[in-house]
Amino acid sequence: MATKLVVDCSTGITTEVELTDEEVAQREADAAAWAVELAEREAQATAKAEAKASAEGKLAALGLTADEIAALIS
Amino acid sequence: MAVTYQLIETITVGSGGAASIAFASIPQTYTDIKVVMSLRASDTATQILLSLNGSTSNFSARFLIGDGSTVQTGTLARYVGASTPSSFTASTFGNAELYIPNYAGSANKSYSADAAVETNATGAYLTFVAGLWSDTSAITSLTLTGNTGNFVQYSSASLYGIKNS
Repeated sequence: MATKLVVDCSTGITTEVELTDEEVAQREADAAAWAVELAEREAQATAKAEAKASAEGKLAALGLTADEIAALIS
Repeated sequence: MAVTYQLIETITVGSGGAASIAFASIPQTYTDIKVVMSLRASDTATQILLSLNGSTSNFSARFLIGDGSTVQTGTLARYVGASTPSSFTASTFGNAELYIPNYAGSANKSYSADAAVETNATGAYLTFVAGLWSDTSAITSLTLTGNTGNFVQYSSASLYGIKNS
């Protein structure tokens, strides 16, 4: 069972208690929310990398050298 | 000389680990509060999340995360940062700091946080967070929870009070 350490700042006493059902449910929701957020960031990063590769390909097709393309995008 | 930076309490996780660390009955006598954390997780992807006064509602946060080769931005309510995952170098602990100005005031509560994951490799994580709790209540309790697994033994969190004079 997952637990929580709680220190009472008025007494300095620390107690260990089990997470409530509500807290467990919140953790599960938090884990799901992080997974969604991570997937969104990875999708954005992939899209950005693909767009960059596409743009570089189009510049190369126009006759720019690799050094010229690097100079443009750096 | 006035004491303007004072340790209030420290929690150190025992051998059983803990999913959550909380400070209750926070004194209302400081200007700001700050939490300094040294955390390692039992899971491979544990993120640190904040709740205040037992509430997980009305939070928003934006963050910047870098891993040694890329930088990304994101949004996640209650986000504080990453803790060192179990897959990273054994016995290394990440560092994180959370700062909440005017925690006892009657305005909405902003916070900032930064966290550095530790590992003996080229790829680690560094996060910076700007967050808001849209609630005017004075903060009397603060909880840090991993979204998966446990914080392992010897993980710790220290609460400091900051005074402006």
